[in-house]
Amino acid sequence: MTNSIISNSIRFILLILFQVLLLNNINFLGYINPYLYVLFLILYPFNTPQSLFILVSFFLGLTIDTFEDSGGINAAACVIIAYIRPAILRFSFGVSYDYQTVKLSNTPFGTRLGYIMVIVFIHHLVLFSLEMFDFSHIFLILKKTFFSGIFTILLILISLTLFKPKKR
Amino acid sequence: MQQIFNFLIRNKNNILFLLLLGLSLFLTIQSNSFHKSKYISSANFITGGIYNWSNNIQTYFYLEDYNQRLLEENKELRKLLTNIEDTSAVINFEDSTSFNGIYLFRTAKVINNNYSKTDNYITLDRGRNSQISKEHGVITSQGIVGIVDQVSKNYSRVISILNSHSKINAQLKKTNHFGSLIWNGKDPNVVQLIDVPRLAPIKIGDTIVTGGKSLIFPQGIPIGSIEEFKLDQNESYYTIEIRLFNDMTNIGYVYVIENKDKVEIKELEGIDD
Repeated sequence: MTNSIISNSIRFILLILFQVLLLNNINFLGYINPYLYVLFLILYPFNTPQSLFILVSFFLGLTIDTFEDSGGINAAACVIIAYIRPAILRFSFGVSYDYQTVKLSNTPFGTRLGYIMVIVFIHHLVLFSLEMFDFSHIFLILKKTFFSGIFTILLILISLTLFKPKKR
Repeated sequence: MQQIFNFLIRNKNNILFLLLLGLSLFLTIQSNSFHKSKYISSANFITGGIYNWSNNIQTYFYLEDYNQRLLEENKELRKLLTNIEDTSAVINFEDSTSFNGIYLFRTAKVINNNYSKTDNYITLDRGRNSQISKEHGVITSQGIVGIVDQVSKNYSRVISILNSHSKINAQLKKTNHFGSLIWNGKDPNVVQLIDVPRLAPIKIGDTIVTGGKSLIFPQGIPIGSIEEFKLDQNESYYTIEIRLFNDMTNIGYVYVIENKDKVEIKELEGIDD
């Protein structure tokens, strides 16, 4: 238990620093930035109380917002993801989630990819809608969501492969 | 009473979710209204410190570029200086203090710069301790950058001209027709000048400079050149696309401008209120 708290705290800090110091400066083709910190929401243990998860996600988003001067858009996106994650988990992994036996590294690649894609695209859609704050820019919002989302998913898959937990 | 508690405990996830979502939406809306986002800004102690630390490392890689820009600027200033010496015989100031001007310039370093969002901010490494305060203008040797909107002890935050809430008075260099400078959020090298009257003689390639109507920037600081223009729907005002002289994606050192007479002018204009 304490082990999981420590590893999640370290992941929290490292992902924030990596996001604000490096990834926010990529600006590929002018507007495409990956939001790798979503990885925290994806990997956060599945069997902990949800209220704690919502609270932690809020602070994750708020810290990113403080660095980016973006008000509360990341916080809002993270809180929404934290709130609907059980539904997404049930949707992606089906019955095995209900018995609390899912481990992300043990799931087949297809369902894992589906789970990541749903979370990333919902997160990005909320994020960019709030950033524009104007539904007349719906096309721009969708475009940003799509391209940044692909970039984020790629980075998440790469980091999941790099930091694979050791098989016992 | 028991039932209320039971209700709260049963729905604690939903309540917590709605509460935090409401809070973050509140912060978002607050940051969308100009000059209001006080607490969540990158000009605070921790975020400013981290940006400053990472910038100290990055600066070394750009030293050559900065040197080049300083050389260019020195060249321009020398050119101006020789012109002044030529005319000094004609204009003689009896009292040297009267020529000091009403603007104070201070230098600062950019430690964080955004340009990919619709509302972009820049963080500087100088703050209240260096006499920088709200509504000071920020320029580089090539053009304008933005206006200071948040100040902490050692850092300050600048609303970049690449921000949908930024609105700066600007005019044509040749004539005095003026308009407002805005940004549509698309290209970080192109801004828009709106509300220029149709009478104004506009040609592609003309220079746009800051206007004298604002108390923030001195008149005549270069902004960019006209790339494209068209009349708006009711055909009475021009909307002009301006290519910036300044590369907003690569700003190193900036000058912060203080207008010493601002308080006096504001008092005078506010007499009726």
